[in-house]
Amino acid sequence: MSEVLHMPESETDYQRVQRSEEFQALRSRFRRFVFPMTAFFLAWYLLYVLLAAYAQDFMSTRVTGTITVGLLFGLGQFVTTFAITMIYARWANRRQDAVAERLREHIENGQLQ
Amino acid sequence: MIRAAVATEQVGSPAVNIAIFAAFVLVTMVVVFRASRNNKTAADYYAAGRSFTGPQNGTAIAGDYLSAASFLGIAGAIAINGYDGFLYSIGFLVAWLVALLLVAELLRNTGRFTMADVLSFRLKQRPVRMAAAIATLAVVFFYLLAQMAGAGGLVALLLGIEGTAAQGLVIAVVGALMIMYVLVGGMKGTTWVQIIKAILLIAGSAVMALWVMAKFGFNLSDLLAGAVAAGGEGGEALIEPGKQYGLSALTRIDFLSLALALVLGTAGLPHVLMRFYTVPTGQEARRSVVWAIWLIGIFYLITLVLGYGAGALVGPDAIKAAPGGVNSAAPLLAYELGGVLLLGFISAVAFATILAVVAGLTITAAASFAHDIYANVIKRGEVNPDGEVKVARITVLAIGLLAIVGGIFANGQNIAFLVALAFAVAASANLPTIIYSLFWKRFNTSGALWSMYGGLISTIVLIVFSPVVSGKVDPATGESLSMIRDTSIDFAVFPLANPGIISIPLAFLLGIVGTLISKEKPDLERFAQMEVRSLTGAGSEKAVARH
Repeated sequence: MSEVLHMPESETDYQRVQRSEEFQALRSRFRRFVFPMTAFFLAWYLLYVLLAAYAQDFMSTRVTGTITVGLLFGLGQFVTTFAITMIYARWANRRQDAVAERLREHIENGQLQ
Repeated sequence: MIRAAVATEQVGSPAVNIAIFAAFVLVTMVVVFRASRNNKTAADYYAAGRSFTGPQNGTAIAGDYLSAASFLGIAGAIAINGYDGFLYSIGFLVAWLVALLLVAELLRNTGRFTMADVLSFRLKQRPVRMAAAIATLAVVFFYLLAQMAGAGGLVALLLGIEGTAAQGLVIAVVGALMIMYVLVGGMKGTTWVQIIKAILLIAGSAVMALWVMAKFGFNLSDLLAGAVAAGGEGGEALIEPGKQYGLSALTRIDFLSLALALVLGTAGLPHVLMRFYTVPTGQEARRSVVWAIWLIGIFYLITLVLGYGAGALVGPDAIKAAPGGVNSAAPLLAYELGGVLLLGFISAVAFATILAVVAGLTITAAASFAHDIYANVIKRGEVNPDGEVKVARITVLAIGLLAIVGGIFANGQNIAFLVALAFAVAASANLPTIIYSLFWKRFNTSGALWSMYGGLISTIVLIVFSPVVSGKVDPATGESLSMIRDTSIDFAVFPLANPGIISIPLAFLLGIVGTLISKEKPDLERFAQMEVRSLTGAGSEKAVARH
């Protein structure tokens, strides 16, 4: 954090933190994780909805007994939702929380002045 | 003749149903009164002192989110329309990922009590707060009316109360109980009601689902085969998509529009957003959503079993002929499985569901009016917190009375579209501005106002001129399927029942256009504060300390 201390006086603490390498890294890690993940689950959901609306014959194919492709796709949405939830929570706990906590303490204890 | 015979037969015992519901009310009242002893400050009243844990709040979120529509409605839709009913629940669940990844933690770290706190953080306070409060009140009003009107139908179904006056009385009782919970208990009391209800609802329906699965040897394929067999001619369609939405090119687009509103609406529902303020930190907000996703997801898997179970064991004809129609699938299944007692339990849980959801909506509307409109727009922030909470309590009374009157008027009306409308407004008027203000530096006041008002107005105008309000006639019976029952009145010029596919992209676009045409420069200081605060939690509201 040492480079932060030499910033111009007119800036607020928050602006100094915002410019710091540590915060910029935190922010870009966050965006690199959540934006592609959001694009992925929205696309996967949209694919599912479009298949249900326009590919009814395919979705009605019996896999075994009365289990259809559509049912497996639907249950697949549950599986991916649960999986993304756990992957994100694990990632955020491990990769982000410690850095965020350190920056928060810096700001709230006034160590930047 | 068979239909008439089934329709007049009262299933179960209203006395048992009422007794179990009364026990729920008694227990929750005790909890609410105990919880209310520490309701002193605005943070206590609106945000329960920010002292709930992630798992507690996640359970409360499930209790807030799983309305009677998603319990009775989805189980019934699966029993009657099969696979297409299942599609609803997937949209409702996947939507939570938007809240988890993009909204929950950042919102908790940035705001204090309402959605407007976040939206107005770095923009011009009064106009943005006003717009956000109006959008909040609109969503809450539509959602509330749908719940209260549903209460009337539920009374007919579960308590055997047929007369309009008697149903009105029950709606008034439900409204009065809700006012008591929220007035006395504030957010803390409301949260406990939601937690208790969520546990009862999920446990009760899980028992039913296991019971159903046991009857079919824990083989999903056999359960579906049972539903197909009970469906008689055309029963195979129950396990294929398209029974409800695949009728024409128009119904398919309508379905896409609904799917879009469901997946983007949840993270813009003000009563859901407000729940994130009841935990001490952003990390706990994250844990809340993780818990909520598991509970809600498991519940929707349960409704899949209950829906097909009702189709297989009760049969679609008996469900359609029962008072309450489609909504009676789950209660009839309960009666089929466990007789009077299980039906009584499930009926009481359905009532508790309405009560808990309505309480959550009411405290959200009260907070938005007292905190955003009264304290910040009218009084320009110069009001002591006690005064604000007093105004919030008066608002609770006013909204409670409005909900009772609205519920009595709407009783028996065809207003099931209101919940979908609430999601469409949330996705159009709220979500674009939430996303832009958190992630787009250049975003400004003009963009927020264009997007919020544009989203709100376009959604409502499109609904008014859609077939759900006028001009939709059942070709078989010649009866109106619209809100306006007079079939000679027809001003439906917009063909879709769900406006989302137009209004959501429009609101996102208006946010960009409004931002770019304005000369207003972004407030870099406030932006830095918002960005750092949202990602690190620095300077965020702390839990209320108890000594």
